[in-house]
Amino acid sequence: MFTEAEWAAIALSLKVTSVAVLATLPPAIAVAWLLARGRFRGRIVLDALVHLPLVLPPVVTGYLLLVAFGRRGPVGAALEQCCGIVLAFRWTGAALAAGIMAFPLIVRAIRLSIEAVDRRLEDAAATLGAPRAAIFATVTLPLALPGILGGAVLGFAKALGEFGATITFVSNIPGETQTLPLALYAYTQVPGGETGAMRLALASIVIAFGAVLASEWLARRTRRGA
Amino acid sequence: MSLSIALRVERPGFVLDFVLATEARAVALHGPSGAGKTTILNAVAGLLRPSRGRIVIDGAVLTDTAAGIHLPPQKRRVGYVFQDARLFPHLSVRRNLLYGTRFAPREPGGPSLEAVCDCLGIGHLLDRRPATLSGGEAQRVAMGRAWLMRPRILLMDEPLAALDEARKRETLPFIVRMRDEMGLPILYVSHQLDEARQVAAEIAPVGRA
Repeated sequence: MFTEAEWAAIALSLKVTSVAVLATLPPAIAVAWLLARGRFRGRIVLDALVHLPLVLPPVVTGYLLLVAFGRRGPVGAALEQCCGIVLAFRWTGAALAAGIMAFPLIVRAIRLSIEAVDRRLEDAAATLGAPRAAIFATVTLPLALPGILGGAVLGFAKALGEFGATITFVSNIPGETQTLPLALYAYTQVPGGETGAMRLALASIVIAFGAVLASEWLARRTRRGA
Repeated sequence: MSLSIALRVERPGFVLDFVLATEARAVALHGPSGAGKTTILNAVAGLLRPSRGRIVIDGAVLTDTAAGIHLPPQKRRVGYVFQDARLFPHLSVRRNLLYGTRFAPREPGGPSLEAVCDCLGIGHLLDRRPATLSGGEAQRVAMGRAWLMRPRILLMDEPLAALDEARKRETLPFIVRMRDEMGLPILYVSHQLDEARQVAAEIAPVGRA
């Protein structure tokens, strides 16, 4: 049904998206907690900064990534020198772009769910002797879990569809950075690409549908466990 | 035990002054709603920082604003039974009861889970979830949870207020029984004088009582 190149694009998309979401979750949870529970100067600035990828044109985000993480960019050069990590024009760069684009949505969903956790329960845990980190791990996090799963699915969808920042930052290299949306776009640029584009469109629908079903199933399991 | 509290709490439109020094085992704070009874408990538990004040339990200084001392709730070992129980909804009754034990002092001598369950009549509830408990059962579990953390003192904030008359009559004997078996001081808040008298020998008025 799919050509080898199409399978490669689908597999790459799944890899890039999964890595992007998994790597984004821990910092997203930390930032969401800071925004929901923290009382510090500059919270509004952090909030605005987190939302930036949501409101900026994706091309701008991709361009800034290229400037910073390109092989001659300040961060990119340092990363290559210290750890041998190159992001520009690699699938890891695509994951970085997808993760950054998904970050605001994930933080937002998790922040809302942390804000919905009853602080009086956290107070109760404190009187029972639990240090702050233990309160977070045993009370806040488990009670916010449905929101965290929701945020992960939202982030997955956003990362899967990420186009502008990816193509600007890591280009459209088949087998390396050509994710599903980029492959579909490439089909639309050549004569006779319609059926290939349609096949990839169908693949996107199946993946997105599967992600929603999986999240429903997970949410139901956590609710039953709760 | 000796308990000494001297507090001033200032909030917009609200000033509370309260002084209590007692050797009694159980003391009830009694006064009308809004007089600041819960505020006093929150200050003793460390959930609220008084404008000025000093709180000492058996020689342990929990708060002394003049000396810049205000221990966080975690360091106070003050058991708190809230009016709304506040059981952790995602944990079983057993794990709720044992929640504080892992942060409690290690040396032997604390109450066992069995003894607490026997005293409060909650042994048959251990594997249940808080959402499936009646109001009276939830309060008894909250009492057991505070007892098992091996506190210096137990604070009880109107533990019967959310219950109907029948449940109140059913739950009050458990409180009296726990008071006698536990051997710990209790600071009990109630706006009902007859209830307060059944739990505590000493009544401390709060506000215009």
